[in-house]
Amino acid sequence: MNLENHVRLDGNTAVVYANEYLNKIMGERIERECRDRIASGCSRLMVSFRDTEIVNSIGISILLGVIDAASDADTEVLFTDVNDDIAHLFETLGLTRHAQIVASLN
Amino acid sequence: MSEPQQKLIHTFSALADIGQEVAHKYNFHEMIRTSFHLLLGSLAIMRGGIARYSRLGNELNFLAVRGLGDDFPVSTSIDPADELEFLSAGMSPIELSQAKMLIFFQQYQPIVEKKGIELIIPMIVHDELVGLVMLGEKASGEPFNSADRAIVQAMARHIGVGIYQRNLMMELERKAEQNRRMYEEMRLTYADTVKSFAAAIDYKDKYTEGHSVRVGKYSELIARQLDWSDERIEGVAVAGYLHDVGKLTVERNIINSPQRIDAKESAELNKHPAVGYEILLPIHHPYTDVPLAAKYHHERLDGRGYPDGLSDNEIPYIAKIVALADSFDAMTTNRPYKARRPANEVVEDLQRNSGKQFAPELVTALCEGMLSELEGTSKDRSFRKLLGREYMEASEMVPMLKDILNGINATGPLTLIASH
Ligand SMILES: [Fe+2]
Ligand SMILES: [Fe+2]
Repeated sequence: MNLENHVRLDGNTAVVYANEYLNKIMGERIERECRDRIASGCSRLMVSFRDTEIVNSIGISILLGVIDAASDADTEVLFTDVNDDIAHLFETLGLTRHAQIVASLN
Repeated sequence: MSEPQQKLIHTFSALADIGQEVAHKYNFHEMIRTSFHLLLGSLAIMRGGIARYSRLGNELNFLAVRGLGDDFPVSTSIDPADELEFLSAGMSPIELSQAKMLIFFQQYQPIVEKKGIELIIPMIVHDELVGLVMLGEKASGEPFNSADRAIVQAMARHIGVGIYQRNLMMELERKAEQNRRMYEEMRLTYADTVKSFAAAIDYKDKYTEGHSVRVGKYSELIARQLDWSDERIEGVAVAGYLHDVGKLTVERNIINSPQRIDAKESAELNKHPAVGYEILLPIHHPYTDVPLAAKYHHERLDGRGYPDGLSDNEIPYIAKIVALADSFDAMTTNRPYKARRPANEVVEDLQRNSGKQFAPELVTALCEGMLSELEGTSKDRSFRKLLGREYMEASEMVPMLKDILNGINATGPLTLIASH
C-alpha cells in the first residue's frame, strides 16, 4: 500500500485516511504513520473514514494505538466521515471518550 | 441494529478471527501481533501485553505490548513460586489486587499500577504455563464484567494454543537437528572406520599400496558420471574401499608373491571375495549392497568371472562399478610380475572388453570422466592426482578416449536394431 495517498497535511493537522487497510495487520502502518506525524509536531490528527464501511477489532486496536500515542503528546484526535454503524460502535466501545467524531471534511 | 447486539457481533467476530489466526497463520510473530490486535480491539482495551513463558530459566518474554511504556521489561524472569500460583489459577483472569502478592508484580508494581493493568490471564495448555496476557483499562472506562472476562479468557486460550504449538514445533526442529548431527557424526565415524580398514588391507599387500583407496576413488568417479545422489555415490566409494577386505585372511606370502602364484595359491587367493562378503555382511552399513560388491567384484559380464560365474543381469550393479575400478587400477599401477601398462593400451583394453568383462555404460562413464578432465570441462583433478599428470596427459589420450566413446556408442543396441 502506498501511504502517500492516505495521508495529507492541512496546516498543523494531519489527515489520515483509514481506508479498508485499517482492518488488517497492514493497518499497523497507518498507526506508525500517525505516530510519525505526532512526533513531527502535528497538533491535531484527523482520521477520515470516507472509504471505510466497517471497522473490526483489528481496526479498533489500531485506532486505540493512535489515541494512545496522541494522548502522550497532547495531540487531539478527531474522527470524520464516520457512517452511522461505525459511529455507534465507537460510542459503545468508548472510543468517543478519547476522540471526537466531527462532520465531514468536505 | 441495537447497540448491545452490535457490540456482541463485534466481539464474537474477533473471537472467531483469533481461532482462524492461530489455526492457519504460518508466521508465528504475525499471528501473535494479529491476535493481540483482535484481543485489544474486541473490547477496546487501551493497553496490554502478551508474554511467552519458558520454563528454561523461568523466562518471561513479551512478544507484543501496547501502551506499557519504555520502562516495562521486554524480558524478565519470574519466580518458580509465581509459576505455581499461575498454574493454580487455571486460565481464570487474575485481578491486579490478587496478583500483588506475586513476586513478579511486587517487583514491577509501580509500572503495572501506573499503566493501569487490570487483569492478568495465565495461558495454560496441557497443564503447562506457556505465557501471560496482561490487560489494561477499557476505553469505555467501565470495569471488566463477567462476560468480558469469559471473552478474554477464551481468546487467551486460543493464543496459548498458538504458543504451545510453536514450542512443540521448535522442540521438534531442535530434535531433528540433534538427530542430523548425530547421524553426521556416525557417518564420519563410519567413514573413518572404512578408511582404516582400507589402510589395513593395503598394508598387507606391499606391491599394491593404496589399491583399495584408489578403487574407492575410481568407483566414486564413475558413479559421479552417472549423476547419482551424493549418498549413493558415497555408498559406491565405500564398496570400493572395502572390496578386497577378504584379503585380510589370505596368507601374506601369497598376496606378496613376486612371481605368478600356483593353482593352489590361486584358489586360496580367489576365496577373498566370498570371505569379504562374510566379513561385511554382519556389519550394519548406512548404504546397501556393500557386501555384494565385495562378493562379486571379480565377476564378468560374459559369465567367465568368479566366484559364481554370474552373467550380466545377475551381477549387482555396484559390483560392476567396483570391478571396472578394480581392473582399471590393476592395469594402471605396477604389479610384482607386471609393469604398469601405457595409457593407450589400457584404453584399448577397456574398449575390447566392454560388453565382455565390463558394463559398456560404465566404460563410457569412466572415459567421459577422464575426457572431461583433460578437456577442462570439469574442474576436477582427481584422475590426474590418481594416475599422475604425465601418464594422464599422454598426447594420444584425448583422441583415443573420443574414439572409444564413439565406438562404444556405435555398437550400442540402437545401432544394431537400425542395421537390420
Ligand atoms: Fe579382489
Ligand atoms: Fe582389488
